[in-house]
Amino acid sequence: MIGYLPMSREERRRMLASVGVDLDKLFDMIPECDRCSVEEYEALADKGMKEMEVVEHVQALADKNLNTAKYDCYLGAGYYDHYQPAAVKHLINRSEFLTSYTPYQAEISQGTLQAYFEWQSYITRLTGMPIANAGLYDAASGAAEAVLLACRDKRRYKVFVSGGMHPETLETVQTYCHAADIEVVVGEIDENGQQTVYPDANREFACFMIQSPNYFGIVEDLDLLVEKAHAVGALAVVSADPVSLAMLKRPGDAGVDIAIGEAQSLGIPTSYGGPGIGYMAVTNKLMRKMPGRICGQTVDRDGKTCYVLTIQAREQHIRRERATSNICTSQALIATAATIWLALQGGSGLLDVAEQSAAKAIYLEKKLTANGHFKLVYDKPYFREFLIEAKEGVDLEKLNKALLEEGIIGGLIVDDNKLLIAVTEKKTKEQLDRFAEAMLRLCDA
Amino acid sequence: MSRYKETPLIFELATSNEGSRYIRPLDVPKPDFSEWFGDAYREGKPNIPDVDEISVVRHFTNLSSKNYHVEVGTYPLGSCTMKYNPKVNEDMSALTGFAATHPMQPDETVQGNLELLYHLEKMLNDVTGMAAHTFQPAAGAHGELAGILLIKAYHEDRGDTKRDTIIVPDAAHGTNPATAAMAGYKVREVKSNEYGTVDLESLEAALGDDVAGLMLTNPNTLGLYDGNIEKITRMIHDCGGLCYYDGANMNAIMMHARPGDMGFDCVHWNVHKTLSTPHGGGGPGAGPVGCNELLEPYLPRPVVAKKDDMYYLDFDRPKSFGMIRSFVGTFGVLVRTYAYMLSNGAEGLYEVSEGAVANSTYLRERLKDYYHIPYDTPSMHEFVMTSEWQKKESGCNTLDIVKRLIDYGFHPPTVYFPLVVAEAIMIEPTETETWRDLDALADAFIKIAEEAKEDPELLKGAPRYTPIARPDETAAARDPILAG
Ligand SMILES: Cc1ncc(COP(=O)(O)O)c(C=O)c1O
Repeated sequence: MIGYLPMSREERRRMLASVGVDLDKLFDMIPECDRCSVEEYEALADKGMKEMEVVEHVQALADKNLNTAKYDCYLGAGYYDHYQPAAVKHLINRSEFLTSYTPYQAEISQGTLQAYFEWQSYITRLTGMPIANAGLYDAASGAAEAVLLACRDKRRYKVFVSGGMHPETLETVQTYCHAADIEVVVGEIDENGQQTVYPDANREFACFMIQSPNYFGIVEDLDLLVEKAHAVGALAVVSADPVSLAMLKRPGDAGVDIAIGEAQSLGIPTSYGGPGIGYMAVTNKLMRKMPGRICGQTVDRDGKTCYVLTIQAREQHIRRERATSNICTSQALIATAATIWLALQGGSGLLDVAEQSAAKAIYLEKKLTANGHFKLVYDKPYFREFLIEAKEGVDLEKLNKALLEEGIIGGLIVDDNKLLIAVTEKKTKEQLDRFAEAMLRLCDA
Repeated sequence: MSRYKETPLIFELATSNEGSRYIRPLDVPKPDFSEWFGDAYREGKPNIPDVDEISVVRHFTNLSSKNYHVEVGTYPLGSCTMKYNPKVNEDMSALTGFAATHPMQPDETVQGNLELLYHLEKMLNDVTGMAAHTFQPAAGAHGELAGILLIKAYHEDRGDTKRDTIIVPDAAHGTNPATAAMAGYKVREVKSNEYGTVDLESLEAALGDDVAGLMLTNPNTLGLYDGNIEKITRMIHDCGGLCYYDGANMNAIMMHARPGDMGFDCVHWNVHKTLSTPHGGGGPGAGPVGCNELLEPYLPRPVVAKKDDMYYLDFDRPKSFGMIRSFVGTFGVLVRTYAYMLSNGAEGLYEVSEGAVANSTYLRERLKDYYHIPYDTPSMHEFVMTSEWQKKESGCNTLDIVKRLIDYGFHPPTVYFPLVVAEAIMIEPTETETWRDLDALADAFIKIAEEAKEDPELLKGAPRYTPIARPDETAAARDPILAG
C-alpha cells in the first residue's frame, strides 16, 4: 500500500502486460548514467507516512506559530486581515472550482469563466476603469507588469516610481526592469509622506507610478499624478488597495491609465504572504497590450450568452517570445474567493469594512499620540494604517517583545524608531483600548 | 436541469434587504470622512449591488455545476498533470496555525512556518539533485523567470556581458520563449529531430559565445526522454552557457532521474501539477526554483535559513538578484506540497512516476491502432497522437474529436500543442486513474474513431449535452465585452 495511488504494482504490471509492455523495462529510455542512484536523502523519508501521522506532524508545526486568531495583531504593510464570511470558503472549496484547470474548453468551464467575468466586472466597478484582466500573481509582480506594459505602449525605457511604494514592490519592479534594461528613477516622498514632486522631463518616461494609500498608509493625490504624468506624455499608474476604493477617489475617475493592486484585502487569509491576488485594470486603449488572461462575453452556436478566454493573441501560448507576458497559471481561485467576498458583502458591506477600518485606525492613532509618547510622522489623511515615531530612548524591539508577552503582535518597526500600525474592522474598541494602554505603559517602562 | 440555464450576472440579483451583514456594528466614534479625506473622498455607496446570501450561494453553486473537474472524471490534459490530490492536504493548508499568520511577523513567532519551508527545501533538493531552492515564484512561468534571472545574474557577476541569447527547442512550451524575452534575451530556436528530441546538429549550429543558456524540459512536451541529455548540457556548458530545466514534467521522473544529474544548473517545479495542489481553475500554484551551488548566491531574497535552533528569513544576500514578488512565497500552497511529500516519501514518489508512465503507456498502446502516433519511440507520462488519419478519411479534425469526447463524459486532452506536431492531441492521464478509468477513456476514443468513419456529423455537432457549445471566439476577440 503506497500513499494514495489507486493501483498496486502488481495490477500495474498486469495492466501493462495485457498490452505487451514489461513494467521492469518501462524506464529503459533513461540511460543508465542518468538513473537516480541516490541511496540516502537529506530530508525525504524512504517511506511515506499514513494520513494520521501526516496530520499530527503538520499540526505540530502549525502549533509552533503564534497565530493572529489568538494574538491581537497590528501588522499590515500590504497584507490586511479583513473578515471573510463563512460562505466564501464553502463555495471555493467546491471541487468544481477547486479541481478544474484554466478554462481552455469553454463548453465545460462556464462556471470558472463566468466567475472570471464577474471578477473583471467588480474590478472595473471598484477602480472606475473600463477594462480589467482575470488577475496576476500579486501587487508586486503586477506593478512590474504595469511598468512593462507602459514601456511597450510608449516605446520608452525609463520609468518613475514613487518612494512611497511598498519596498518589496519597488524591489520587484527593479528586478524586472533590470532584466528588461529599463531605467528606474525612484522618487522621494515629501515631509507630509506624499509623492508631490515628479520629473518634468518631456517625453522621456514611459510612466509615473505611485501607490495609494502608500506604504505608510497615506492617501496620495491621484489628480496630481495624472496631471504631472500626462503633462510630459507618460502614463499614470497607481497601485490602489481595493478596500480603500470604497470611499476614496477611483483611479478611473482621476484619469489614471493603469491601476493595479493587491486584492488579498478582499477577505483572503494572510497565510504568511500567499496566495493573494493581484488585479490589473487599464484604459480601452491599452486593452490589447495587457498581460494575463482575459475573459469575454460572446454567444454560442445556438445564440446563448456565454464566456470564453479572449484576446489570446497577446499570450505566450500563441505569441511565444513576442507575448505581452510569460504568465500562464495565475491565481484564479483566489480571484473567485474575492469575487464571492464582494458579492456577499455588497456595496454596503464593503463600505462598512472600509469605514470601520478607517475609523478604528483614527481612534487608535489619537489614543497613541495623545500625550507625547508617540507622534504621527506624516500629518496627512491615512487609511487603515499609520506611521508613528516613539519618543527618545524607546527600544521598539523591546517594546514589541513585551507586547508579545501580553498576547499582542505589535506594529512593524520601520527605520528603528517608527512603527507602522494597521487596523481593520475586526478590532474591537476593547482591543484597541488595551493595545493603546499597553503601548503607553511599556513606553514608560 | 438548472445547469443548462443561462445564469444571470451577479449584478442582476440585488436584494431589497440592503445593508452590511457580516461586520459587528461600529463601536468607536465615526469621523467626518469628508473632512478627513478632503478631495480624495468619494461620497456614497460603491457601485456594487447588495445581494442576499442565499442568492449568492445559489449563484456560485449553479456556476460551479457548469464546470468539469478532476473529481467527476478523467482530465487527461497533457502537460497539465491533472491528478487527484488528497483531501487532507487542503485541511492542512487551512489550519488556523498557518492561515492566520501574517507575512511580516517576526521570525521567532513563525517557527513552524519556517521549519516547514526549511524541510521542504531539503526534500525538493533530494528529488531534483539541486543544492538549494527559492520559494518566491508564484507559478511555473514565474519560476522560469527566476531561473533565467539566476543565469543572467551569474553571467553579469562574472562581467560576461556579451551573452544575449537563450536557446529554446521548437517543442518548448510558450512560457519558455516568453520568459527568455522578459528576461531581456533573444530567443534562438533549435529543431527537433525525427525522434522528437533535440537535433544535435541544429544545437551545434546554435552554439556560440553569445549563448547565456538553454531552456529544456525532459521528458519533453511529446513525453519523450532525451537520451542525449548529458551530451546536450555538456555542449551548453562547454560554450559557457548554463542549463535551465523546465520542471513541468517532473511527474515522469521523480526518484528515477534527477535534473541535477542530467547536468542542469537550475529547475522549477509546478507544484500545482506534480506535488499536489488542485489547479483552482487557473491557480494559485507555486513554482519553487532549485539551483546548484554555482547559482545559489544569486537566489531571490529572502531564503529560509537556520542558525543554532532558530529558523529565519535571510534577507542579507548581497549577490541576490532581488525579489520577484512580495513576501516569502505562496505559503498556503507549499503546505499542501509538504503534506504530500510526507505521505509519499521517496518510495511513494518513485511509484507516482512509475504509475504516471505506466498509465500513459497503457493508453497509448490501446490507441495506437486507431490514431496516428507521430513518434513511435517509447514515451513517458504523456504522449501525442494526431487526427491525421481521421482528417484524411472524413475531414474530422482534432477539435471535432475532442469535442465529441466531451459527449462521452471526459475532459479533452491538450490540443494543437506542441506546435511541432500538426493536429496534436496530447494525452496525460496521470497516476491517479484506475485501470477501469483508462479503459473507459480508451474505449471512448476508439468509438470516436469509428464514428469518424461512419457518421462524421456526430463529431462535427459535438458537444451535445453541455450548457453551451462551440462559442463564437472570433466575435469575442473582435468586439470585446469584458465587464458587466
Ligand atoms: C511544459 C510547461 N512549461 C511551463 C508551464 C508553465 O507553468 P505555469 O502555468 O505554472 O506558469 C507549463 C504549464 O502550463 C508547461 O506545461
